[in-house]
Amino acid sequence: MEAFFASLVSVAFHGAALGMILYVISVGLSVTMGLMGFANLAHGVFAMAGGYVLTTAISRFGVPFPLALVLAFAFVAAASVVLERLLYSRLYAASDLEQVLFTIGLIFIAVAVARFIYGTLQQPVALPDYLKGQFPLLGRDFPAYRVFIIVFSAVMVALLWFGVERTRWGAMVRATVDNRAMAQSVGINTKRLFTLTFALGSGLAGLGGGLGAEIIAIQPSYPFENLVYFLVVVSVGGLGSLRGPFVAALLIGIADTACKYWLPQYGAFPIYVATIAILLWRPSGLFGRHA
Amino acid sequence: MSAHAGGYSADPRIRWIESLPWIVAIVAFFALPEYLSLGARILIYILYALSLDLIVGYAGIITLGHSAYFGLGAYVAGILAAKAGIGDPVVQLGAASVLLEIANKATTLTGGADGLSGVVVAPILGLFRFDIFGKTAYLYCLLVLLLGWWLVRKMIYSPFGTSLTGVRENSLRMHAIGAPVYWRLVLVYTLSATIAGAAGGLITQTNQFVGLNVLSFESAGELLVMLILGGVGRIYGAFVGPVVYLIAQDFLAKQFPEYWYFGIGTMLVLVVMFARGGILGILDGALVKLRGRP
Repeated sequence: MEAFFASLVSVAFHGAALGMILYVISVGLSVTMGLMGFANLAHGVFAMAGGYVLTTAISRFGVPFPLALVLAFAFVAAASVVLERLLYSRLYAASDLEQVLFTIGLIFIAVAVARFIYGTLQQPVALPDYLKGQFPLLGRDFPAYRVFIIVFSAVMVALLWFGVERTRWGAMVRATVDNRAMAQSVGINTKRLFTLTFALGSGLAGLGGGLGAEIIAIQPSYPFENLVYFLVVVSVGGLGSLRGPFVAALLIGIADTACKYWLPQYGAFPIYVATIAILLWRPSGLFGRHA
Repeated sequence: MSAHAGGYSADPRIRWIESLPWIVAIVAFFALPEYLSLGARILIYILYALSLDLIVGYAGIITLGHSAYFGLGAYVAGILAAKAGIGDPVVQLGAASVLLEIANKATTLTGGADGLSGVVVAPILGLFRFDIFGKTAYLYCLLVLLLGWWLVRKMIYSPFGTSLTGVRENSLRMHAIGAPVYWRLVLVYTLSATIAGAAGGLITQTNQFVGLNVLSFESAGELLVMLILGGVGRIYGAFVGPVVYLIAQDFLAKQFPEYWYFGIGTMLVLVVMFARGGILGILDGALVKLRGRP
């Protein structure tokens, strides 16, 4: 019984860490799909880029870990502004098929570039000493790195929610998600809002990719392999909301960890089946607004 | 998306130019005997792309899960067991993933990640044995493709095909005039999945091996790339795309895998940005300019 309880705590803990990472990465996707109606399958590319920026900054330039996280965010956000202005913005009015193709094209390019620069091997993450080892809590030991992930992500989530729910910028974003034409006609510069929001979402994905580099391995096929997870988080949670993907990410993180722990012979099978069942039951996601 | 073949006013008779692919295929059979296995692969992918064109180009359903049916067909041909489903793109992606997981985990049945080998294919109808040069395989694939093409073409030029175009262009109006939109889509999806399954079966029969990659998301993406490259919603786009793609892949990908993926990605982005009709769309445009009339 005690052993079972211990494994329960362990699964919940590791699942929460994975879920937090998934949320930080996917929330930007939820916003871009909800706000701009853009099916951005290449979202994982930003997360991968963040991972590479972090590992390169640490291992090659000896940048301290916290600064490397900031760099991952800033670099990816900046790069995404360029991409958004140059390419994405031309396809806002295009059909879903064209957006899907375009973003798959971006994935192919990113995979090739990553393979060319870094090779196919997984990038090791050199954690600082204070994040190695164990963190004692309530008479148990938890890996310090995952504790850090959970706490750090929770702070990010709180900041994000405050930003969207309580600031003027957040009100503008919510107004534009609800009714773009009306938002535009009351004087909101939706074009600039799109660019800013896109940059923020991509930057967060970069941050999540860097933060989770130890959990979701950074290697060239990252955007393909994890795409299903990001899409599942967004579609189960519901487009354009902040709360839905959060619940979905935690659910998936914990369910995935539990499946791998107790039912390793079934792999990710139960997750996929559950996803299909949830989407058949509620096509717009658990917290999505009905179309 | 204007140059779709078929439709209400289209002439259903087969034009002479439509025999071109078959002439090319026969000529290739005699002229390039050392490339027959690549040729058979191309024929299979044409059939596969044709099935995708039916739902993406004509019915307007975007799917990233088509590899599920291709893979299912491939495995069915290997192990003889079946089941299928429908839904929106994410559900389909899920369905493909489920099948991938099943195939990966059902090691005793499928061989897991090592693939399923030792598929023994009996002579076709007990008469034509598969030879090591791939002559039988090539002709067999060509025959199945001919059948698939005939079926798809027939369907597209039928009232059913017209109603599909109607659903794609304005499903609300199709509802309003009393068309059973849902069942039309179910039917076309089923047919498309069946053809994709047949193509998958062909892959197994000609390679005598099934690997997990037939079910992967990348393979569905690649197929979409082939179709878009050729041109969506015009039947023959599904012929041109795989030919160009697979030949280029055969020559380039082995030497420069990194550049190859970079190339596909760039091409895809360029096609979406500048040439939405694919290769055939570009040809159409050039022809119009040559003749000097719209």
